[in-house]
Amino acid sequence: MTAIDGSVLPAEAAARTSFWIRAHEWATTVDHKRLGLLYISSGLVFFLIAGLEASAIRAQLAFANNDLIGPNTFNRLMTVHGTTMVFFVGMPIFFGFGNYLIPLMIGARDLAFPRLNAFGYWLFLFGGLLFYFSWIGGDGLYGTGTAPDVGWFAYSPLTSPAFSPGNSTDYWILGIMVAGFGSTATALNFVATILCMRCPGMTLGKMPLFVWMMLVNGFLVLVALTPLTAAQVMLLFDRFLDSHFFDTQAGGSAVLWQHFFWVFGHPEVYILILPAFAVASEVTPVFSRKPIFGYEIMVAATTGIGFISLGVWAHHMFTVGLSGPVNTFFTASTMAIAVPTGIKIFNWLGTMWGGRIRLRMPMLWVCAFLFEFVIAGLTGVMLAVVPFDWQLSDSYFVVAHFHFVLIGGLLYNIFAGIYYWFPKATGKMLSERLGRWHFWVFVAGFNVTFGTMHFQGLLGMPRRIYTYDPGRGWDLLNLITSLGVILQAIGILFFLVNVLWSLRRGEDAGQDPWDAWTLEWSTTSPPPAYNFEKIPVVQSRRPLWDLKHPNDPDWRYE
Amino acid sequence: MGLLAGAAVLCATGVAMAEPTTGRPVFDQVSNMFQPVSVPAAKIRDLALLVLAICGGIFVVVGGLIAYTLIRFRARPGDEHREPPQVYGSSNIEAAWTIVPVIIVVVLFLATARTINELELKEPPESALQVTVVGHRWWWEFQYPEYGIVTANELHVPASTPDAPRPTFLWLESVDVAHSFWVPRLAGKTDVIPNRRNTLWLETAQPGLYLGQCAEYCGTQHAHMLLRVYVHTPEDFARWVEEQKAPEAEVASVAAGRDLFQRTACINCHAASGTVADGTFGPSLSHLMSRETIGAGVAMNTPDNLRAWIRDPQTMKPGVRMPDMKLADHEVDAIVDYLVTLR
Amino acid sequence: MTTASATPPAPAEWTLPSRGRVGMACLILTESAFFAIFIAAHLFYIGKSLNPPYARDVLELPVLNTICLLSSSITITLALRALRRGAVGTFSWLWLATILLGLEFLIGTGLEWYGLIYRDGLTIDTNLLGTTFYSLVGFHAAHVTLGLLMLSGTLLFVVLGWAGERDVERIDVLSWYWHFVDAIWVVVLTVVYVIV
Ligand code: HEA
Ligand code: HEA
Ligand code: HEC
Ligand code: CUA
Ligand SMILES: [Cu+2]
Repeated sequence: MTAIDGSVLPAEAAARTSFWIRAHEWATTVDHKRLGLLYISSGLVFFLIAGLEASAIRAQLAFANNDLIGPNTFNRLMTVHGTTMVFFVGMPIFFGFGNYLIPLMIGARDLAFPRLNAFGYWLFLFGGLLFYFSWIGGDGLYGTGTAPDVGWFAYSPLTSPAFSPGNSTDYWILGIMVAGFGSTATALNFVATILCMRCPGMTLGKMPLFVWMMLVNGFLVLVALTPLTAAQVMLLFDRFLDSHFFDTQAGGSAVLWQHFFWVFGHPEVYILILPAFAVASEVTPVFSRKPIFGYEIMVAATTGIGFISLGVWAHHMFTVGLSGPVNTFFTASTMAIAVPTGIKIFNWLGTMWGGRIRLRMPMLWVCAFLFEFVIAGLTGVMLAVVPFDWQLSDSYFVVAHFHFVLIGGLLYNIFAGIYYWFPKATGKMLSERLGRWHFWVFVAGFNVTFGTMHFQGLLGMPRRIYTYDPGRGWDLLNLITSLGVILQAIGILFFLVNVLWSLRRGEDAGQDPWDAWTLEWSTTSPPPAYNFEKIPVVQSRRPLWDLKHPNDPDWRYE
Repeated sequence: MGLLAGAAVLCATGVAMAEPTTGRPVFDQVSNMFQPVSVPAAKIRDLALLVLAICGGIFVVVGGLIAYTLIRFRARPGDEHREPPQVYGSSNIEAAWTIVPVIIVVVLFLATARTINELELKEPPESALQVTVVGHRWWWEFQYPEYGIVTANELHVPASTPDAPRPTFLWLESVDVAHSFWVPRLAGKTDVIPNRRNTLWLETAQPGLYLGQCAEYCGTQHAHMLLRVYVHTPEDFARWVEEQKAPEAEVASVAAGRDLFQRTACINCHAASGTVADGTFGPSLSHLMSRETIGAGVAMNTPDNLRAWIRDPQTMKPGVRMPDMKLADHEVDAIVDYLVTLR
Repeated sequence: MTTASATPPAPAEWTLPSRGRVGMACLILTESAFFAIFIAAHLFYIGKSLNPPYARDVLELPVLNTICLLSSSITITLALRALRRGAVGTFSWLWLATILLGLEFLIGTGLEWYGLIYRDGLTIDTNLLGTTFYSLVGFHAAHVTLGLLMLSGTLLFVVLGWAGERDVERIDVLSWYWHFVDAIWVVVLTVVYVIV
């Protein structure tokens, strides 16, 4: 590094300058790959924080009548844990994957609106920081701060000024709302990119399934997220302008909020799971060495899930006393989702069937995902059985169900995706040995924790309680549940060590370490800022297969 | 592993509760939904077992398939450079795994719809006992309009016998936020929502005590909004009603305590028959000593606990809506001496 | 297999939709979802206010406003047609007319609100009607305002010569937004003033 007059700066100063220059570059970047990495790493940091919050929750619940954590702190931890995991972990990490991969997979140089993309990222980050500021802002740090304590779905009228004075609920509203604007912008960007930036030859029917699922996901975000924003605006009006949207004293309805929240909330869970399916749909074929089985029906199932998911929200409200016909309708629509979801499971199986399955880290995670997700989906179907749900709703059975989908479905595929694309993004392979430790310890811990939880639910333990009496049949189960968290934490530590170690010492990956078929593997690792020297032209769904097998290209069979 | 441990505990509690108990109250503390003692809960159990069986079957088949595929088609040494036959799909197979789930779903749906229909009961039958349940943060109020009784946290209902069927029909209301009424062995839960009137019914032949608790997050002390439902034989229930209806005996020796009680802010929030106290913000203290617990289940109802409660409710139940009344020790003692006469 | 042709099918002519249009379509989609919730809330609370004033007593059909706003959709279409022809002058006049019509709508709404607040005593915290009415109509008016700002900016740019015929594509995309604001008004009009 040289100074303006040409003399060589002292090495120390050079290092400092280059750090600030690099920081400045990252802060002002509009490159989709950098933003993707920013999304993923911020999401992982939020994951660690929310995971620590969960650990505190489990420490409190390990024993009956425990008084490690008082009710106020517990309720805040519970709310912040759930909200963080959904809005500041699940969504941003997959937005990160989408950011990084969509342009590479469709042979484009960037997203349709790069600046909007950066804007979306910073909105998400500041939304998250605002949300976490609640721990220290206001009357914070004395005791428990003013972090929100209304649960992640913030049912009214608990959120009204009368029952939720101070600003804690406002942090919940504003943190999510700000991040929500960012998510809407990003989704718009994804849709526009996928529809308008594909390289020549890549018709909709030739897009990788990952891209298809992100497209459907983008649409879901667009139609589902603003309803939440709207409902939150109403709540803000109620809280600051004394309006009466959810004011039961003035004839308002508490149930209306529930409808509005779940009109968003249910599609939201598919917003979270579709990108996970997207990862599985890329990993399974490559590691089974076969093309995806039944591409068309996979696309149809994805779109089907997208549509049906807009019409099932009241299955979160089976206990509010809706009428019989309404409950019956929502049972039917909810169960209908099992069909397209089942199609996906079977098509992944069909892809593996007759293949030569290479059980490297990404594939290992996807296989575990298949198991856990079948369990998770089946408990979902049990919840959809209205009378059964009258017993299960708001119990630990539900907590078990959604951690199975969210961890066994979502997190496992995040790990699969990281092991799969880490070499592309960094040029280094993640260690397979540490990876296996990570896998087995975490999977074991996860099943101990959340497998057990089903039984507390069946034995009548409600969720969101900060303590319980001994002798109700929950003591031993809760202890086991909490012990599993230790294993999970150790597993996560293996993962962190793996990432940090491999960044420095990892094996070089080369351009295409997995012998894969989609366009991102046709450029260097990491890809140059402009992605492709020459915009590629594709003939089939597996352009690199065509390249590698000129005698037997895919486009003959599609 | 977790699954196994859980299953073991579930079985153990199931066995412990299996022997039938007639006449005498049972005090089992586990609210296992697979041990129903009431008509709606039993219907739900039957449906649940069917659903569990179907889902278990699906899990065994699909899980088995995944495991088999993994073992059978795992790459062996030497496979690295050979690609398997490239298969792109098969309409027949895809149709099969669309149609079979559709059929299963239809079956599940029909079973569900039938049970929803059976359990729906919007109007109370002629013979039913009607109770209005009012959710408060964080305690339950029970009103028996038929008898003019108001009590708290512990619901007493009669058993229903074949020759004199007597279901209990609950009207659910809330004065503040949303709660949920849930006693697993008697019925599924139903939310208790302000500005809305929900219903719930149960019908049981099994006298005993059944535990439950609020199942909708309602703020700080959601964990301590416990429910105790006592099912009595018809005769015992009639006796309980008479006791509750009877005026409080005025015990002369505690007149000081009663006077103090009436001069303290207690009466703004509590009612007590035989005094001027008619507050409705807190639970009625009439016949307080007929309750086994106080504070919606935070403590047993003993004189010592009452003293501790009145001296400092915030320690026993942090966040509770009853303030620390800042009474001197002898005042607390006097009031408790009076309260323990409320039989 | 070897008998199949060895050359890949040549990609047909490669045209893709414009990202501006797709982006605007997405924005409209997501905004529609936003309004849908406010509309649902209004419909849900029709006739549920516990205290007066009630809708049928105080709300009057805003005929003039509606005529103005709807005709602005026509003028904006005509303006764009003129711009495509290269008639920048005609474009500017029609564009100005659009802005004025929009402005009339805003003023009309302002007067209506003035009357409701000071004559009828209806504010956002009066009752459920006030709550849903002001939020829904207010959010619509906010969108009109935003649209007017963008329309005015465009006019300024065109008059100053910074934008012109070559930007017809972008200006067209902007006009979609205006049409959307109009369309929402039709729905708002129906649920707020017609179904009482
Ligand atoms: C990623 C997130 C995700 C996913 C994918 C799902 C998937 C499903 N969920 Fe879940 N759910 C949540 C996240 C998710 N859920 C969360 C977070 C909550 C709680 C929110 C809260 O209260 O805090 C919740 C709560 C919840 C409830 C409400 C419970 C209550 O509060 O009372 C219900 C009720 O119907 C339900 C049902 C389902 C169903 C039927 C599916 C289906 O999509 C599952 C479909 C999959 C399968 C069925 C398995 C594979 C299929 C086959 C192998 C084919 C053969 C199968 C059959 C024929 C049945 N979920
Ligand atoms: C993606 C979503 C997601 C994920 C991954 C998790 C992960 C976990 N969750 Fe969470 N959870 C939710 C979403 C999620 N949860 C939601 C939506 C709710 C509902 C909230 C509500 O009711 O409102 C909920 C509620 C919830 C409850 C119920 C609370 C209640 O009802 O009272 C519990 C209780 O056990 C729980 C536990 C856990 C545990 C133990 C984990 C574990 O898997 C966590 C594992 C992670 C770790 C153990 C962290 C590892 C950290 C390190 C190794 C330290 C390194 C640190 C540094 C270097 C700084 N969760
Ligand atoms: C501001 C209102 C308020 C005042 C004043 C008040 N209480 Fe309470 N009290 C409550 C509430 C609310 C509860 C229910 C708390 C809960 O279970 O969450 C309660 C519960 C109780 C209980 C337990 C009843 C049960 O069945 O669980 C007793 C006993 C009691 N109060 C006695 C008193 C006495 C004695 C005084 C006066 C010295 C008093 N209270 C003053 C509000 C009040
Ligand atoms: Cu009442 Cu929870
Ligand atoms: Cu759902």
